[in-house]
Amino acid sequence: MVDPRSTGSPGRERRFIEMIVRGVAEVLFTAGVTLLLFVAWQLWWTNLDSDREQASVVSETARQWSQQRATESSAAGSPAEGEVWGILYVPRFGQDYAKPIAEGIDLEVLNSAGIGHYPGTQRPGHIGNVGLAGHRQSHGQVFWAMDTLQAGDKAYIQTQEGIYTYTYRNTHIVYPSESQVLLPVPGESNAHPTRKILTLTTCHPPFTTDMRMVVHLEQSSFSAAHTEPPSQIRDVVSQMITLEGA
Amino acid sequence: MYAWIFRHLPGPLWLRVLQAGVLAGLAIAVLMIWVFPWISEFLPWTASTLGSSTTHTPA
Repeated sequence: MVDPRSTGSPGRERRFIEMIVRGVAEVLFTAGVTLLLFVAWQLWWTNLDSDREQASVVSETARQWSQQRATESSAAGSPAEGEVWGILYVPRFGQDYAKPIAEGIDLEVLNSAGIGHYPGTQRPGHIGNVGLAGHRQSHGQVFWAMDTLQAGDKAYIQTQEGIYTYTYRNTHIVYPSESQVLLPVPGESNAHPTRKILTLTTCHPPFTTDMRMVVHLEQSSFSAAHTEPPSQIRDVVSQMITLEGA
Repeated sequence: MYAWIFRHLPGPLWLRVLQAGVLAGLAIAVLMIWVFPWISEFLPWTASTLGSSTTHTPA
């Protein structure tokens, strides 16, 4: 008996079904492999790209500063969106840890420069709160090790003016909407600021965007550009200048 | 589809395996370099900032 759906022999019908099943299987297989590849891209490939780019930006910036050091520092107006104006050193994140700080927190800035400065928050060296954002993972994952900071740890911001040393104060977890941590006095609106605070924010827990991890540090000292850098980062600072934009 | 492509590659078996590898590598490169960066612009998976300044959440 011949199935009305089939135009040929039973063998042909069987091959047709096989072809359909195989086609569906191949589509599912391809989709699965593509999703895995996307995960690999997000968590691994983006870091390769960003690490390279950030390293060259840091050394280029450091070299520029070292050349301008003899002359008067350039006009200290507010930097344009995306402009790199600083380098962050955090020895706890690695002896060689040096990442560019760019103005603005758009994804474009964070994905390329690594660390973005919240527009409207203070600049280093002034009373108030300097707010910086960075990725916990992917695109260089500059703040991956944020949870490892502990009492006594230092962070350093280098600008054309010199190096600001900050000492770790505390870490807390907040909702993404809780931008009060970026106020001049963190968490207190209308308070009169008296301290020089640095606030680092990243997402939390790792691989999610549910919460934010917030770290507060306080400026403890400053070394002007023409003086010796703090001993903890002396090596990496001079290394950046001699790399000559490698 | 994969079997069809493999059958239609020219040359002996070892050459066809080589060509298949090159094709797979090309497909992966296109995804990694162009397709995934483009797709990621529409995904909210990398948010690390706070407050109203983030219309899209960064991680």
